[in-house]
Amino acid sequence: MSDQMIPARKPPKQSVGLLVWSKNNLFASLPSTVATVLIVYGLYLLLPPVVQWGLLDATWWGSDGTACTTEGACWAFVTARLDQFIYGFYPQDHQWRANVFFFQLVLLIGWLTIKATPGKKWVLGYALLLMPLVSWWLLYGGLGLKIVATHQWGGLMLTLLLALCGMVASLPFGILLALGRRSNMPVIRALSTAYIEMWRGVPLITVLFMASVMLPLFVPEQVVFDKLLRALIGIVMFQAAYMAEVVRGGLQAIPKGQFEAFGSLGLSYWQGMVLIILPQAMKLVIPGVVNTFIALFKDTSLVLVIGLFDLLAIVQAGLNDPAWLGFAVEGYLFAGFVFWAFCYGMSKYSQRLEQQLHQGR
Amino acid sequence: MIDYLDEPCLQKPLSQTLEQKASSLIDIRGLNKWYGQFHVLRDIDLQIHKGEKVVICGPSGSGKSTLIRCINCLEEHQQGSIVVDGTRLTNDLDNIETIRREVGMVFQQFNLFPHLTILENCTLAPIWVRKQAKKEAEKVAMEYLERVQIPDQAHKYPGQLSGGQQQRVAIARSLCMNPEVMLFDEPTSALDPEMIKEVLDVMIELAREGMTMLCVTHEMGFARTVADRVIFMDEGQIIEQAPPAEFFDNPRSERTRQFLGQVLNH
Repeated sequence: MSDQMIPARKPPKQSVGLLVWSKNNLFASLPSTVATVLIVYGLYLLLPPVVQWGLLDATWWGSDGTACTTEGACWAFVTARLDQFIYGFYPQDHQWRANVFFFQLVLLIGWLTIKATPGKKWVLGYALLLMPLVSWWLLYGGLGLKIVATHQWGGLMLTLLLALCGMVASLPFGILLALGRRSNMPVIRALSTAYIEMWRGVPLITVLFMASVMLPLFVPEQVVFDKLLRALIGIVMFQAAYMAEVVRGGLQAIPKGQFEAFGSLGLSYWQGMVLIILPQAMKLVIPGVVNTFIALFKDTSLVLVIGLFDLLAIVQAGLNDPAWLGFAVEGYLFAGFVFWAFCYGMSKYSQRLEQQLHQGR
Repeated sequence: MIDYLDEPCLQKPLSQTLEQKASSLIDIRGLNKWYGQFHVLRDIDLQIHKGEKVVICGPSGSGKSTLIRCINCLEEHQQGSIVVDGTRLTNDLDNIETIRREVGMVFQQFNLFPHLTILENCTLAPIWVRKQAKKEAEKVAMEYLERVQIPDQAHKYPGQLSGGQQQRVAIARSLCMNPEVMLFDEPTSALDPEMIKEVLDVMIELAREGMTMLCVTHEMGFARTVADRVIFMDEGQIIEQAPPAEFFDNPRSERTRQFLGQVLNH
């Protein structure tokens, strides 16, 4: 027994130099050293040729395939067709409208992601309620703007449009389905379950075919649904089913006590769901929701099968141009890179969101 | 399931409500409840008057938690009637919400809302259910937080508080709704021994101020100090009820003596 309490001391110094770090982590044992050496040698073999081909020997500009050498990549294929890759067949003198749409998008996303900006509630309200209408007016036309039919839309613009509308619409729809599947009311529960199981069990391609080929057979001839709109509805219906199951996972993780607590305070079902349960559940399912968003973003390229030219489809179409034969690698690399960049951005944003929403537990 | 009349929650409100004693804040008659085949509550009759403090004790599985959870319809009962402050508990959602507004509940596991601050936890129901202005609700919440002695934690999240502090917030959160009666479902069972006292102190203070309280607890010292009546339950029945002095010193049933012997002598 000692009479004196031991005072708190500082922890021992942990910082180590590069040399010590690499000794501890890269060359700790013989197998570790061998692995490190092999991997570095592998990178030495792989990286220089890739850099040589992709950057140093590459041709960046040119008007047709003859401008390119055989040694390096032919990015000229991409730069020359960049307009088409971004806007599809949107008329050149109206491309400013698409630019305004892009600018609006960047501004909104920036506004919502950067922490210090004021009035987030209003901006979010605009993004969800007004922006779809404004964007439709901008891109489609009417009210003073020349109409550009949707079959002229394409490229990255179409990809972003499909993905964004799909995400924004499928999330609330999915939440309602998830609540429905957990409802006490048997009819609602059965309908939600049937919906989810039906749409989840069908390939997206089938849904898109149905939407574009079969649907017109069932509605009267006078009713003309826009093809893009039909594809969009198909995508939303399909993704909502996936979203519902992700959200349901989150709902099930909320302890029963939370439901009892809001109930015992006299809050109604909807008040409790919106104020108590969903905020907690949605925080838990951010990784799952973003996973679904990323899958959705990439699935939009399937609209190719019903004759809509998204980014990938338009790159593919460009490969058949007689002036640019044989640049498939560059084309696919470019398309892949753009898809990756957007998906990685979403992933990063979701990680930051998770950190921001973390409240000490 | 076919015989709907057997389910009191589905019965229409009866005029019988008026006949029941006006002085009883809670009036339970002929209450029966089953979990599947298991008969949890058997012919419970219980009247609680305004301002009365009642402690319910009994071995685990005796149905005491289930009983108080029936009072605000967290559990549905199958037979009998429960009337709270003149409102009969039926399947009608409006009635359930009316009763829940008047009945505060404190849980064993606190059940604070982890994504809201302490202050927001307390103001949520007054704002959304009582339609109070935010300023007003915050003022009232701060008063109650002061009474449970944690006003300085108002802007923290529940996860940053100790168990005892969380339970005191849970009490304040219920009080903010200005309930007619408070139900406590083993409020100190999940707490470390050091923190039990701070929660009991708040409850004793509340009892002194005249709040009607119905409390399931194993804290026999608390029962002795505060209760007007102690109820002993076993196997879904009320075995014995008496004022604490009589209950502890002179229990009538053998089962009660056995139980008291187990909880008091260790």
